[in-house]
Amino acid sequence: MSEKEQVNLTRRNLLGGTAAAMAGLTIAPGIILVETAQAKPKDQPVTDAVRWGILININNCADDCTGCVDACQEENGWGKGSSDESKSRPDQKAQWIRKVKVTDRETGHAKTLPMMCQHCESPPCVDVCPTGASYKRIDGIVLVDKHICIGCRYCMMACPYKARSFIHETLTDQRSYAPRGQGTVESCTMCVHRVDDDQQPACVEACSSTFNSAMIFGDLNDPESKISKELARHGGVRIRADLGLNPGVRYQGIYG
Amino acid sequence: MYIFKLAILTLFLSVTSAQAEVPLPSISKGQGDSCVRATDDMRYNHMDYIQHHRDETMYRGIRTEQDSLKQCVTCHAVKDDDGGYINATDKRHFCSSCHSYASVKIDCFQCHTDTPRSTDIHEPLAQGQ
Amino acid sequence: MKRIQFSEISGYAPGYLLILGITGLLAAMGLGAAYYMEHNGHWVTGMNNEIVWGTPHVFAVFLIVAASGALNVASISSVFQKPIYKPMARLSGLLALALLAGGLLVLVLDLGRPDRLIVAMTYYNFKSIFAWNIYLYTGFFAIVIVYLWTMMERRMNGYTRAAGIAAFVWRLALTTGTGSIFGFIVARQAYDAAIYAPMFIIMSFSFGLAVFLLVLMTIYHGTARKLGDAVLYRLKNLLGVFVAAVMMLVTMYFLTNLYATEHHGISAFILAGDHVYTKLFWVVQIILGSIAPLVILYNPITGTSRVWIAIASMLVIIGGLAQLYVIIIGGQAFPLVLFPGMEVSSTFQDGVVASYSPSLPEILLGLGGIGVALIIVTLAVKVLQFTPESLADADIDPNYSAG
Ligand code: HEC
Ligand code: HEC
Ligand code: HEC
Repeated sequence: MSEKEQVNLTRRNLLGGTAAAMAGLTIAPGIILVETAQAKPKDQPVTDAVRWGILININNCADDCTGCVDACQEENGWGKGSSDESKSRPDQKAQWIRKVKVTDRETGHAKTLPMMCQHCESPPCVDVCPTGASYKRIDGIVLVDKHICIGCRYCMMACPYKARSFIHETLTDQRSYAPRGQGTVESCTMCVHRVDDDQQPACVEACSSTFNSAMIFGDLNDPESKISKELARHGGVRIRADLGLNPGVRYQGIYG
Repeated sequence: MYIFKLAILTLFLSVTSAQAEVPLPSISKGQGDSCVRATDDMRYNHMDYIQHHRDETMYRGIRTEQDSLKQCVTCHAVKDDDGGYINATDKRHFCSSCHSYASVKIDCFQCHTDTPRSTDIHEPLAQGQ
Repeated sequence: MKRIQFSEISGYAPGYLLILGITGLLAAMGLGAAYYMEHNGHWVTGMNNEIVWGTPHVFAVFLIVAASGALNVASISSVFQKPIYKPMARLSGLLALALLAGGLLVLVLDLGRPDRLIVAMTYYNFKSIFAWNIYLYTGFFAIVIVYLWTMMERRMNGYTRAAGIAAFVWRLALTTGTGSIFGFIVARQAYDAAIYAPMFIIMSFSFGLAVFLLVLMTIYHGTARKLGDAVLYRLKNLLGVFVAAVMMLVTMYFLTNLYATEHHGISAFILAGDHVYTKLFWVVQIILGSIAPLVILYNPITGTSRVWIAIASMLVIIGGLAQLYVIIIGGQAFPLVLFPGMEVSSTFQDGVVASYSPSLPEILLGLGGIGVALIIVTLAVKVLQFTPESLADADIDPNYSAG
């Protein structure tokens, strides 16, 4: 642990019970600062002291809003964010994140929510991958090492969330920090390139710049982080919790 | 692999010094005065440096700039006469200039950008190193 | 009982050349299709981000499963010591190798990055069933080759039984492994069932024997060598038993699914849906692929006719392909249940049956796998002594009495 992190921790301990109140104060609507406790110099490896997660309050998620999806496409260069994939049929195109409409059969009550890689603690995609290309980074982010992905798609078979896409054609219009290419599998990276650079994932940032602010990004391991506190206070569900995968993406308001 | 690598480079360098009839690749210089490491070292070992950095980035989240592929591509970008960037499929591209000469095939640019991108949202290159 | 004489078959008969031509053409078209798919990318196929495994996988899994079953005859002879099967053991081993090679080829050529095959062999994730399978497949090749060697090299004959037992155990593991590729997928309603492993073993018995019967009859008919009734009837009766056993396991699969409420959806989907999978299941898998062969094989008139036995074997193969189509593609088409009890919809077909229609390159690639398997057999029986000169009852049946 770096010196800086140490300092932050002790300062936190000093604050003690007032931290909660502080968090509420400092965070003005629409502007959520990344908790800097994890700030990591570029040459330092990530650690398992953190586990990144996203909490989505779908009561704040507007039905017709696709802000998170648009931001992801723009950031990572897929869908509308890229001129590629013109030959692929709609069901062959990449889908890193999508809006799903959930309707209660009895009451007819409907809500929408964003669905993407849930960054499981025990990811089935990682278990099944023959080469080890699917992996979970030590800080909880589930990724594909496209350098050793052979394109067998077993991970797509295994994913309960339909969160992964296979690239069906040659691409040329990529972002420099988000390489993508034919014949390999990809999915939401929780914007790992941004997270390593102390920024939030593009979807979370976009969501908080609308009035909705339905998404919180943060460290699930840190009981003082905004996401942990919110989870402690109001709870949050894991989709398909019955599978015991313990996703890092949690939702509020699906069944309520 | 090393033997092979050295063989190719020896051939390459000996041809260079002998000024033989084979048309030599014209390798463009990068911006600035020097590469991220000694030029000779880079000639021989660039693949190992990038490969190592690749795994450091992928698995440990280390994002230093020195051996980053993004940096190579940006600093070594070559423009054609019209001022547009040259793609890796073209022999004039910095990486391809040598590789096509030495018959090395790399698949990196199927995914990685081979030119600096204007569509990037953030600045990809910290100027210099 | 006479000493069995093995010999190569003649390679110049028109029939032989015709078969060589057809299998060669199939193989060539398969390779062409694979090149086309790789060159363009998988957008030219019917596969998509929901049906990620398509027709090539149906063929590949069929060939791999049949490969282990094709070894049956050899196993019965060496492991269970039934001498009447012994003369056919070499052919059985050869067919097993050829089918496995064909199946694996299809699997590899369908990869998104077949150029990275070396990666698949140097990076292993030991938790992955797929990675275990890579060992199971290579091990199978090695063991069967040794097994064949102990049979074909007289000095090694003493080891045949040991090699046969090893091959038998290994091939059970191999089919269990193949079945587990599906059985371990917890997220999908269709696959979350331990019964897949035993079901695949019985399926392998059935498909493998059907292919073996067809190949055997073709070779012996084509070369005008004798193939006795006694041995043929035993094989076809065995096939009948296996076909019935597969049906039983399929019934059990649906019965156990009906116990678990959460699996009601998938059972209704396959058994009573309004789409191609239900039709394939009832018409092709059950009626054409199971009931019809049973009727043919056990009816005293058709059951003693070689043409009908061949037709029944063919039907078992077609039914088997349909069964795998329903399992592999139907299982993926059934929507994933993200929110039990809730209705879902999205721009990415959540909550609706995923669409898939097989494309020509996929079918050609799959057929190419069959072509490669058969071409291996066709060439091998010409250059090596795989086939006995006679399988007449008098020559091979220890209980045979002329009368
Ligand atoms: C199938 C797509 C694909 C191919 C092909 C590919 N990469 Fe990558 N590469 C990626 C992805 C995805 C990342 C992760 C980017 C991130 O996290 O910022 C990456 C990251 C890297 C990095 C670290 C980030 C950087 O820019 O320095 C290096 C170095 C790298 N790759 C080198 C290579 C080399 C060398 C090759 C060719 C031999 C290659 N890659 C081929 C997809 C690919
Ligand atoms: C800041 C700009 C810059 C960056 C970043 C950079 N280079 Fe260079 N590179 C140069 C310059 C300038 C030269 C020429 C040096 C000379 O002539 O001695 C050079 C030379 C080279 C050479 C030798 C070329 C020859 O003429 O034989 C190789 C190989 C090379 N670089 C590879 C790389 C690779 C690989 C990377 C990425 C890890 C990289 N460079 C990053 C500026 C850069
Ligand atoms: C001075 C000539 C030269 C330049 C310029 C050059 N390379 Fe290379 N590179 C080589 C040679 C020669 C090899 C083959 C070495 C071997 O076979 O091991 C090679 C091999 C590689 C490999 C490993 C290929 C493999 O199959 O293992 C990678 C990756 C690579 N280069 C990346 C790059 C990138 C990226 C650039 C542009 C930034 C670049 N090279 C520029 C000469 C060069």
